[in-house]
Amino acid sequence: MSLINTGVDSAIAIAERRRGKLGAALFAGRPESVFLRNVYALKSSNWLVVLSGFVEPVFYLLAFGYGLGKLIGGITDASGNPIPYAAYIAPALLATSAMNGAIYDSTWNVFFKMHFGKIYQAMLSTSLGPLDVAMGEIGWALARGFIYAVGFMAVVTPMGLIRSWWGLMAIPAAVLIAFGFASVGMGITSYLKNFHQMDWVNFFMLPMFLFSGTFYSLSVYPDWLRTIIEALPLYQAIAMIRGFTLGYVDGALVGHILYFVVMIVLGLLFTTKRLRALFLS
Amino acid sequence: MPKTKAKVTDDSSPELMIVAKGLTKTYGDFVAVDGINFEVKKGEAFGLLGPNGAGKSTTMKMIASTSQRSGGELTILGKDPNQHGPEIRAHLGVVPQQDNLDRELKVWENLMTYGRFFGLKSAWLKTKIDELLEFAQLEDKRNVKTEELSGGMKRRLTIARGLVNEPEILMLDEPTTGLDPQARHILWDRLFRLKEVGVTLVITTHYMDEAEQLCDRLVVMDKGKIMAEGSPAELIKTYSSKEVLEVRFGSDNNKTMAKQLKGIGDRLEILPDRILVYTEDGEAALKKILAAGMHPITSLVRRSSLEDVFLRLTGRTLVD
Repeated sequence: MSLINTGVDSAIAIAERRRGKLGAALFAGRPESVFLRNVYALKSSNWLVVLSGFVEPVFYLLAFGYGLGKLIGGITDASGNPIPYAAYIAPALLATSAMNGAIYDSTWNVFFKMHFGKIYQAMLSTSLGPLDVAMGEIGWALARGFIYAVGFMAVVTPMGLIRSWWGLMAIPAAVLIAFGFASVGMGITSYLKNFHQMDWVNFFMLPMFLFSGTFYSLSVYPDWLRTIIEALPLYQAIAMIRGFTLGYVDGALVGHILYFVVMIVLGLLFTTKRLRALFLS
Repeated sequence: MPKTKAKVTDDSSPELMIVAKGLTKTYGDFVAVDGINFEVKKGEAFGLLGPNGAGKSTTMKMIASTSQRSGGELTILGKDPNQHGPEIRAHLGVVPQQDNLDRELKVWENLMTYGRFFGLKSAWLKTKIDELLEFAQLEDKRNVKTEELSGGMKRRLTIARGLVNEPEILMLDEPTTGLDPQARHILWDRLFRLKEVGVTLVITTHYMDEAEQLCDRLVVMDKGKIMAEGSPAELIKTYSSKEVLEVRFGSDNNKTMAKQLKGIGDRLEILPDRILVYTEDGEAALKKILAAGMHPITSLVRRSSLEDVFLRLTGRTLVD
């Protein structure tokens, strides 16, 4: 057997092709190999756990939208049009589940891979760069977010809760939201040292879920509080998806989208820097 | 051993795989590696020997381009790891001290995903995986989850994984720590085969017998510095005597008896449990001791080993 490869498609030849390209030390152009690793891992994992991410927002919708919604009746939008309560909270639940899925993937899963599985250590002893790892992992979180979003839409559309064709845009919007949270979340996770600190993540997530205009309009708040909430990513996410599913497409939507584009870029830079510091310093 | 040396000196320009000059790594105030110089030639098995905390693993990480040096120069196959990290890592196979196999994956999937990280095609990897499983004697474990393997099997799989990219240099950080004697011998045999086909091996170990078995040349490190360099035979010749006489007088008596032993042998090493007498002729030294009216509880004459070199250079026994 020959153990020393001199062929054209050797690992060395592949790595040398990137020489001189921008960011060659950080990025090998193969995030899909990291994604693929997760496909292999999923094949032999517990499918029920995967399914739970889809079921959660549906349960919330049934309990609050229909259970509580019966007591509330309908609400009216800014121009006075009536909206069924379930149709009001469905987009918020989709946004929240996109956030939760991305955060779960980028905190618990990433924490485990970082400290116990030593998966990243192995990946970064190959010719991969930290940006490949970050993008592959985040890409995985997005694929999951996409499937959950499609599933959720498949349930709520027949219920008549999507009130505009713009509602189709809720699916890519959910992916965009997941991207934003996953890219920042992975960087934050790199600072965490033990499982207890993970509770701090939940400590911020739960109030954000409850108070970001998920179940009621921000108009109930005083102005100063409203400004703070509007700056939080979940409010931006909810407003974006709600705009699409209710068909209120205006300039504000562009602002919400830009918010997440910036969050993604900063998050990726932050995470790549952290992975480099942790494994290649 | 002399054969290897002759080969190296005969060759006017041996290909240098790794060159380190004044290589330094500091963590804050702590100096882990303190300005070391060494070269590793093509096809050589090069050993880094030293107690825990000597700086072996840090040196390995710098070579593997997963840790940036704080000072000095380092080139691997003529490339600077600070600039060409991913490229250098494509030349290397890495077997870390602690297995970092992917526990969620099966044996063959570990090799497949690792190969894909290097950008290798899956069709090519399929035949490569067969070859590597045969090499690692894991053919019948192909579809087993990694966590179900024994320690020796895991280590062999980690080595197989390190060979996926057909590296020119295989880096092994304490490859046999924690393995039983049989598993160690299987592993040594596999490493010999690699050496035979021309793979350069860089090995850290704190097992003296392993260093003597595997390494053509080695450096002894302590507190971040290189204390000595040479082939195992050269080191023994330079830093130890031909034979060693080990005598025990009981833990409490060794120190006082050592005074009476002065003058016998070339040098004495007093350990908590025994006294080592370095001499050209162990039996003769023992006769002298008995003739002087001393009666050790046990005595043993043996050939000098790397362990004796180690004791002399680092001034301590290996306690890990």
